[in-house]
Amino acid sequence: MRPMTAIPIALFAVIAAVFGVYLWQVGPGGKDISQLPSAMIDKPAPQFDLPAIAGSPDGPDTLRTPGLKTADLKGRVSLVNVWASWCPPCRIEHPILMTLAKEGVTIYGINYKDRPEDARRFLRDLGNPFTRIGVDQKGRAAIDWGVYGYPETFVVDASGRIRYRHVGPINPGQVDSIIRPLLKQAAGAKTASGKDGGK
Amino acid sequence: MKFLLLIAVLLTAPAAQAVQPDEILQDPALETRARAISKELRCLVCQNQSIDDSDATLARDLRIVVRERLTAGDTDSEAVAFIVERYGDFVLLRPPFKASTLVLWIGPALILVAGIIGVFVWHRRRRGAVAAPVAPLTADEQARIDALLSGNPER
Repeated sequence: MRPMTAIPIALFAVIAAVFGVYLWQVGPGGKDISQLPSAMIDKPAPQFDLPAIAGSPDGPDTLRTPGLKTADLKGRVSLVNVWASWCPPCRIEHPILMTLAKEGVTIYGINYKDRPEDARRFLRDLGNPFTRIGVDQKGRAAIDWGVYGYPETFVVDASGRIRYRHVGPINPGQVDSIIRPLLKQAAGAKTASGKDGGK
Repeated sequence: MKFLLLIAVLLTAPAAQAVQPDEILQDPALETRARAISKELRCLVCQNQSIDDSDATLARDLRIVVRERLTAGDTDSEAVAFIVERYGDFVLLRPPFKASTLVLWIGPALILVAGIIGVFVWHRRRRGAVAAPVAPLTADEQARIDALLSGNPER
């Protein structure tokens, strides 16, 4: 085959191979290409100190869940989930968070631009997987985390570093293919002092 | 005349913007800088509009953050860096010129040049083949051609 014929064919084969690999990675339970890579990967979580969800004056659905600040992220691997009661995909994702919480995964919440009574009702109806919830009324903390779509879930390791950011609801396939392996990986990571991460 | 008037009105109409009155800074110099910076930042919800154009709430929040940074004394590049630190290079509508984006910037030009060279080389080869001299006809071949052309089938 003459070079002039072979070169375009080779070029096509290379481009087809690249596209093929890319397509293969994207599938059910695989990468979601509409997700932007986070600029905060492997960086320490931003500084923030968010209050707890305000309790109701009457009492029945007063949450006792405390607020969330940066220091709380140190010491164990956790998921930080940015959610709101007005966000339908958050509602759809919620049972998965409940399942993970029952398995012992530490889940912290950032309640984004929500009314306290709506947030409380959401958790009362769907269950509360969060050991801590910080209220971000103005959305400024979410911007510090680089949040652009709701819900978003971050995997944070024991030294408080962001290891992964998931945009959109976690679907059941992604729990096993993405979330669980990452939690294991983050748990095995060394902290800055060289000691093993907390279990 | 009406047509010209229509064109004149359309061309001088102020561009639509998403900036709300309550976002506009008091200091006009700062506000101008904020608008200029906002036009360079991508709205990540819509992804094809700048935050200056987008009506999304995230765009509004980012516009306000930019104005806060400028009011706090940041330079233009410091304010932009604040956003890029949180959202990555993709938030810039104009990709930065660095090692990882080199292919993006000069790739198309390179392919164009390669294509032009390819066409040039192909053309040269082709012309070479066509211009190759043809061996002259022998007397026998010449006779056969004359016979065919004059309509007499041979044998």
